[in-house]
Amino acid sequence: MSLAPFNVELVRGVAMPLSYVHPYIPNSASEVRQAMLDAINATSVEELFADVPEALRVQGALDLPPALPVEQDLARHVADLLSRNASTDERTSFLGFGVYRHSVPAVVDEVIGRSEFLTAYAGEPYDDHGRFQALFEYQSLMGELLGMDVVNVPTYDGYQAAATAVAMAGRITGRRRVLQLSDPHPHKLDKVRDFVSGFLSVETIPTSASVANISALPASLDDDVAAVWIETPSVRGSIEENLSEISQLAHAAGAIVVVGTEPLLYGVLEPPAGLGADIVTGEIQSLGLHQWFGGARGGFIALHDDPQFVMELPSRLFGLASTSVPGELGFGDVAYERTSFALREEGKEWVGTAAALWGIAAGVYLALMGPRGMRDIGETILARTAYAQRRVAAIPGARLSDPALHFREFCVEFESASAVDVVAATRRAQIDAGVVLDERSLLICVTEMTTREEIDRLADAIAAALGDVDAQNGARQ
Amino acid sequence: MSLPLLPKPHLPRFHQARWDERIIFDLHAPGQRGVLVSAVESEVSAVVGDAAALVPKSLRRRSRLDLPEIGQMRVLKHYLRLSQGTLGADLNIDVGQGTCTMKYSPKVNERLIDTPKLKSLHPMQDDDDVQGVLEIIWQLQEIMRAISGMDAVSLQTQGGSSAIWMNASLIRAYHDLRGEGGRRREVITTIFSHPSNAAAAKAAGYDVITIYPDESGYPDRGAFESAISDRTAAIMVTNPEDTGIFNPDIRGWVETAHAVGALASYDQANANGILGITRAREAGFDLCHFNLHKTFSTPHGSGGPGGGVNAVTEKLAELLPGPRVVKKGDRFVTTGAAPRSIGAVAPFYGVVPNIVRAYSWIRSLGAEGLREVAEIAVLNNNYLLELVRRIPGASVPYAQGRRRIEQVRYSWKELFEATGVSSEEIGLRMADYGLHYWTSHHPHVVPQPFTLEPTESYSRQELDLYAASLAEVSREAHESPETVQTAPHRSTVHRTEHADLDDPERWAVTWRAYRRKYFGTRGSP
Repeated sequence: MSLAPFNVELVRGVAMPLSYVHPYIPNSASEVRQAMLDAINATSVEELFADVPEALRVQGALDLPPALPVEQDLARHVADLLSRNASTDERTSFLGFGVYRHSVPAVVDEVIGRSEFLTAYAGEPYDDHGRFQALFEYQSLMGELLGMDVVNVPTYDGYQAAATAVAMAGRITGRRRVLQLSDPHPHKLDKVRDFVSGFLSVETIPTSASVANISALPASLDDDVAAVWIETPSVRGSIEENLSEISQLAHAAGAIVVVGTEPLLYGVLEPPAGLGADIVTGEIQSLGLHQWFGGARGGFIALHDDPQFVMELPSRLFGLASTSVPGELGFGDVAYERTSFALREEGKEWVGTAAALWGIAAGVYLALMGPRGMRDIGETILARTAYAQRRVAAIPGARLSDPALHFREFCVEFESASAVDVVAATRRAQIDAGVVLDERSLLICVTEMTTREEIDRLADAIAAALGDVDAQNGARQ
Repeated sequence: MSLPLLPKPHLPRFHQARWDERIIFDLHAPGQRGVLVSAVESEVSAVVGDAAALVPKSLRRRSRLDLPEIGQMRVLKHYLRLSQGTLGADLNIDVGQGTCTMKYSPKVNERLIDTPKLKSLHPMQDDDDVQGVLEIIWQLQEIMRAISGMDAVSLQTQGGSSAIWMNASLIRAYHDLRGEGGRRREVITTIFSHPSNAAAAKAAGYDVITIYPDESGYPDRGAFESAISDRTAAIMVTNPEDTGIFNPDIRGWVETAHAVGALASYDQANANGILGITRAREAGFDLCHFNLHKTFSTPHGSGGPGGGVNAVTEKLAELLPGPRVVKKGDRFVTTGAAPRSIGAVAPFYGVVPNIVRAYSWIRSLGAEGLREVAEIAVLNNNYLLELVRRIPGASVPYAQGRRRIEQVRYSWKELFEATGVSSEEIGLRMADYGLHYWTSHHPHVVPQPFTLEPTESYSRQELDLYAASLAEVSREAHESPETVQTAPHRSTVHRTEHADLDDPERWAVTWRAYRRKYFGTRGSP
């Protein structure tokens, strides 16, 4: 066997012991270290690595940047780096595409910043009773919102949630085809395809005017279809209006209906469970999580309380249990033997560190919002989305890509301008106008954080940009 | 010198907070609000009309939305009381988690990430506006290349098991590209590798072959030789294993795998004891993964978010997911996925707050500091091993007379046989001492198992105290087993009824299911 050549220059002299006691490593203190070596009858730490053969040893020290063990030096360094970012609080941002700028109540940050929740992990119900309860309550609050009886402790993100749901449908039905009816986020589609590729084929039925082409469904819907998968809102923000009809067709063919969706909708809209969905998935970033450069995600998977479905769900489920004291509520893992902890190589998926803290955050958010808050935010976003659509559609040279009902996001198409040019022009006005979907299409996102005045400025900036483009095109002709 | 079991250290008179805090739905008081929402401006209403009327009737919510209505301070109080009933690593000597390295998550890192310059960044912003965060991502990629010795790194996955999945997916894509995917249907792992290696390989469609240890506790080389063939896609192993035993023959295993055209994937979730000592590269592995939330100190967040690092050799680099950060001159720019990418495994750049925390932790320590982490973690472990070995009823299976790396899987077999007290019951009693002790080590190859992993974070006094608490529980088990078997006595809650959780007729995963099943009603009981 030959090793590939090293790409990284690693070897720099010999590894030297620290000349100071690092604050994170208390037993580095030489007196302590020596006493502990004495206690275990060892002459050196080196002796403890006897099972690591010399041939496997790193020679010298790793080639890393110099240490900053003094806290103030470290803080200055990291703060200096981060100061080079211009946040969406400083710019006017219409960026969405799976990450959203929503208001985060201060109480949410306070709760998830508490050391107890922040640094807990896999404690038993007895040392972590509060963590179990907080997560049970998250499940319960989501269950109310979604109209379903079973919700998991969050998995990594909405991509994983969709992939797991589709895989579940394959196992439950024993069938091999999945029909995808809407426009999912392209990376989510990547993830789902990759995840199930050992078992299932994912076929896309192209949308019509950015919603499901329901008339094309029957031709593909045979008794080998495990799941019909719909995303609403789609990646373009369009809401599927025919979910009931799609569910009926799917169920008539024995297929499972998997819906990916946005929880902020359900103070206003009837949840998918009421329209025939069997498994509902999505993302909780909008429920009290900051944008974090796309790095704060949690996936929910909601089901009806059907044991066949529950036993195929690989995530942890925290449930209520009575205790040895009458009237006391305890908590524990529901159907633990279904998880990979117990099943290992017979596991259907796995349980690992996923996104629990974000679940606690979303629970706090829903508790603060209550039914009125959820209705208000849904209506505010719907109204501002509609307003932004009308303002943008009124610009000469711009039109909406489709007539569907939109929530939070919509796509505008430019007749003759390139979307990249429009974005570049609006940036000069300190506005990030949206995400470029293709050469002529721009995805614009508005939330409850986006004011009417900002929307007006966006419309003016796009109009100016298109005017400039027209002027330039005119000059060329 | 004498070990500190006698006289024992003072055991704190711990008692967990007990507020008897009801389920949040019981705090409902009609009309109260926890937070208000930005209202639709009159200019907007004038243009679009009534917001509710924008939604077609067929889509409007018909079912009642039974979220509770609660004022803000009461919501806060509820969750703070629940936090008091939670024993995070910041409060306890968290060495009892075993296999999942609890270590100190430095508070300065929490302050550093608590800025709009990170929290309020959108991943589709122009590269010019996010140079700071891109530089940190790029730097951590480079650092992880050095720590692993591999050629290319992805930080996209959102946890250790997610990273193991990505390894399985890369393995599958690699063989598919060579036209061997149809033939290579098996993955080999060892029983003391983390269960997610087996589970992820299974989820990727592989048949999983598990190698058990030989009498000495090292993975059985003969069984491995019999299992490996041209049907093998990869070996996916942890080293040191969950027993804390390092397989000194690991390079031989990798060479055997390569000889039949299989890949070798290294689960480095247990890397804490070998940082700067040995790497995936030296042992010849093709791919490996680390957990940011274990080895690199990001807090566990009650079970996530974590953060995964996947590192691969040149031949697998073309399969990595995107987006990726590269350095061009003095500038950091984002690029798409590699040419033959398996596609996105998770959204955007991974768990960015944890990437910044891990970067900060590594920068605090530097290369020498990381090696010191490994050395002290291993010293702490062997010290604790010496203390536990002396506790009546505890034993240390396998590799007698050998040192261990960062953790040890112990057994209470003797104590169970003498007293009838199980490892699970000991865990419940340890909660009374304010100490976490994890009991799940399926399958129970080691009878009555427990696994301790002290890391570098805990002082000698704390290790003494943990061992003394275990010794005290052992004494109780021998002298008054009912004390242990009726624990916990000083916890927020008492012993739960498992049957409620396993019976489909009785389990209740949400409050609405509980009300429906037990009271036949939507309203509160």
